[in-house]
Amino acid sequence: MLQTITRIPVANYSNLKARAGYSIKIDDKEIVLFKTSNGNVYALENRSPHPKGGVLSEGLVSGDYVFCPVYDWKISLKDGLVQAPDTGYVKIFNIEIEKDIIFVVL
Amino acid sequence: MKKLVMIGNGMAGVRTIEEILKLAPEHFEITIFGEEPHPNYNRIKLSNILQGDTSFDEIIINPLDWYKENNIQLYTGEPIVKIDAEAKRVISDQGREVEYDELIIATGSKSFILPIPGADKQGVTGFRDIHDCEMMIKSSKEYKKAVVIGGGLLGLEAARGLLNLGMNVDVVHLMPSLMERQLDHIAASMLKAELEAQGMSFLMEKETVEILGDERVTGLRFKDGSEVEADLIVMAIGIKSNTEVAKNSGIYVNRGIVVNDFMETSVPHIYAVGECAEHREIVYGLVAPLYEQGKVLANRISGFEAAPYKGSVTGTQLKVAGVDLFSAGEIFEDGTTKSIMAYNEYDRIYKRILIRDNKIVGIVLYGDTKDSTKLFRMLTKQEDISGITSVSILQSECSVSGTSDDDIASMPNDELVCGCNGVTKGAIVEAIKTQGLTTLDQVSHCTNAGRSCGRCKPMVASILEHTLGDQFDASAAQKTSICGCTTLSREELVEEIKAKGLTSVKEVMNVLGWNNEEGCTKCRPAINYYLGMIHMDEYKDDRDSRLVNEKMHANIQKDGTYSVVPRMYGGVTTPQDLIKIAKVAEKYNVPLVKLTGGQRIGLFGIKKEDLPSIWEELNMPSGYAYGKTLRTVKTCVGAQFCRYGTQDSMALGIELEKKFERLDTPHKVKMGVSACPRNCSEAGIKDIGFVGIDGGWEIYVGGNGGVDLRAGDLLCTVKTKEEVMEMTGAYLQYYRETANYLERTSKWLERLGLEHIQGVLANEETRKALNERMDKTLKKYIEPWDEAIHSEEIQEKYYTKHTIRVGE
Repeated sequence: MLQTITRIPVANYSNLKARAGYSIKIDDKEIVLFKTSNGNVYALENRSPHPKGGVLSEGLVSGDYVFCPVYDWKISLKDGLVQAPDTGYVKIFNIEIEKDIIFVVL
Repeated sequence: MKKLVMIGNGMAGVRTIEEILKLAPEHFEITIFGEEPHPNYNRIKLSNILQGDTSFDEIIINPLDWYKENNIQLYTGEPIVKIDAEAKRVISDQGREVEYDELIIATGSKSFILPIPGADKQGVTGFRDIHDCEMMIKSSKEYKKAVVIGGGLLGLEAARGLLNLGMNVDVVHLMPSLMERQLDHIAASMLKAELEAQGMSFLMEKETVEILGDERVTGLRFKDGSEVEADLIVMAIGIKSNTEVAKNSGIYVNRGIVVNDFMETSVPHIYAVGECAEHREIVYGLVAPLYEQGKVLANRISGFEAAPYKGSVTGTQLKVAGVDLFSAGEIFEDGTTKSIMAYNEYDRIYKRILIRDNKIVGIVLYGDTKDSTKLFRMLTKQEDISGITSVSILQSECSVSGTSDDDIASMPNDELVCGCNGVTKGAIVEAIKTQGLTTLDQVSHCTNAGRSCGRCKPMVASILEHTLGDQFDASAAQKTSICGCTTLSREELVEEIKAKGLTSVKEVMNVLGWNNEEGCTKCRPAINYYLGMIHMDEYKDDRDSRLVNEKMHANIQKDGTYSVVPRMYGGVTTPQDLIKIAKVAEKYNVPLVKLTGGQRIGLFGIKKEDLPSIWEELNMPSGYAYGKTLRTVKTCVGAQFCRYGTQDSMALGIELEKKFERLDTPHKVKMGVSACPRNCSEAGIKDIGFVGIDGGWEIYVGGNGGVDLRAGDLLCTVKTKEEVMEMTGAYLQYYRETANYLERTSKWLERLGLEHIQGVLANEETRKALNERMDKTLKKYIEPWDEAIHSEEIQEKYYTKHTIRVGE
């Protein structure tokens, strides 16, 4: 099967503030970047996995986790998995960083 | 993909499907038919529903989304009426035909209803599903007298539930002793005495022969000719496997659908699991063996080698408040058993184990069940106890747990610890290690273990102790810490901050050994609050430790938009402000403009990137409708216009709101000011309410119009506005200094006691000191919307959305 991989420059690494969500909209995709205190950057779909929905970008970041701001679910930034006792997952996107530019791979 | 069909949508069946999905995902196209109109729910908890401890939503195990996510076709309210084993298909009552490669029958059981005259009258029910529960709850509202037939486990739980619902309850039992299959005579009579003390009446050794009444029951008659009145009759004598569909389709059925050690029925490709299945002449009615069966079946059906199912020994615990009772295995002595007994009549504790060939074969514990897990393990593992056969085996150890370290070490990781929620030892150990848990409370929260019947709690505590080793602190494990990141309580945290002079959230978490370096949504906002309270004007607020609403200075709505509520002091506005609000609402196409409950105007459905420009155009202060702070001061029109008003309520309300706005408090604070006792501002259900009287003000405190609906208590009566301000400042500051974070004033007042608070505030020196600290704190606040308008950094960090277009 033929697959197109798109790499989209979305932000400067040095512009991102640690522990804050950076929300971006690529066409109709809502994505959020999180930079953790130790400098890792993750890209997730900006949507809470809770059945009632909501965004993730304003969530509280702790280590490699973000807490859903609307329903307080704890979500791993590494793999998008919701932590027990709740269940579910958030779609994650691969990113690449070159010379201070962050690319999201779609 | 092979087609898998399951008849029945209950606990045993759906658990089997879960196991299959784990073992062989994408292997089957799954269809489930359920007779009840609900997704799979936790039947064990029905007695909790009846006893009023939980709601139906909370006992759903697999919500409809779960079926969707796993591509399971679910038909609810649609029983299967025929299996065509030759053509390998099933037919539902609506004529739907579905083909299968493998078929699981998991139809469960129904209450056994006595085949006596009148059993079909209105007001007669079993106790088996949510429908039965709802019927009992409804009856309790119209009728007073209930009779439960059956003094077994289920019957007693139903009876306790009906007592909670306010009914008079008689329990009719055929045998001379309650729960005769699980309890010996001594334990049974202790239980009976306890339940009688709780208000149950017992009619022992009575055989019901007829149910009386016309359309609805009015009573029942016994074999000895005596009668008793009843408006509701619950039959809880036992269960009867649902086997009709299997029987009609040529599958061998005895009491249940007969299966071999791999849960296979007499017909190839058809299996049975759960309460409808009979294995080695036993039909099990408790959840743990059914889950074991499900595991064996899942392996078999997915094509994996698995150990055969060899039957289960079951333990029973009665879920009735005030009764600690556990029983397992054999109850009565025969010639080959010996027993060890400990009976403390004074403390009402009774323990007995039955031993055969140096192995425990039966357990009865009453009044103290701490040892149940340990003894039950010894029973199931058939441990040789010849070294310890003395009364000491029945003496609880002094540790938190009843299980020795060796037992835990030798326990395999996949062994189920919490049967209700299916949590294994491995899952608990992993959660403790990866999430740094140290208290029982935390483990329950993270894994669900112990959150249903609670029987496994001692075992969970032992696993915690074993996993932590030297770091285990027994007293800490039992207390309630502010969150899972620490073992410190609120008082300890505040003490440590003061003693060590800690000044930032990060420093607190570092110095006090937080096990999550950056905390969580429970502790970070709390620490931020305590620091601000302790250090007054010297503390720089940590915005990223606040949750979304306080961080964004707007209320997030469920679709990710925000609401904006500008300040309107005392609910008083001007034509100019109204014009501004109207213009903004029009310009930004605000979807909803609404008057709020706190006498102001809210703009709802605003995009976060529009917030700063809307604030700028409004040019009004934030109403803090989102904050743990003073929300509004609701006022009535008062003496300025109202013919009844005795005081100027608007002026006082505006002064209060201007003084205390933006102040951080443990939870939100609402005030109301009325100019007369007609109390149009509803000051009686506010955190602080003021009611004007001739020559002064009454101050009410601890009122709440929300979750903890509570009428305020009269704190004091004062003469002048100055006294009002002084008392209010002191009261609020005392609340700020002594309440737990997120504790409303109503709860706080009940915890401390009104008289205590009155006593503290009676002292003029104390009031003065409190007000000095309050005034110092109030100095630090600045208008947050104004700050955002003038700071690019804040706008970039919190209120920007970056839009990127591809391929244009």
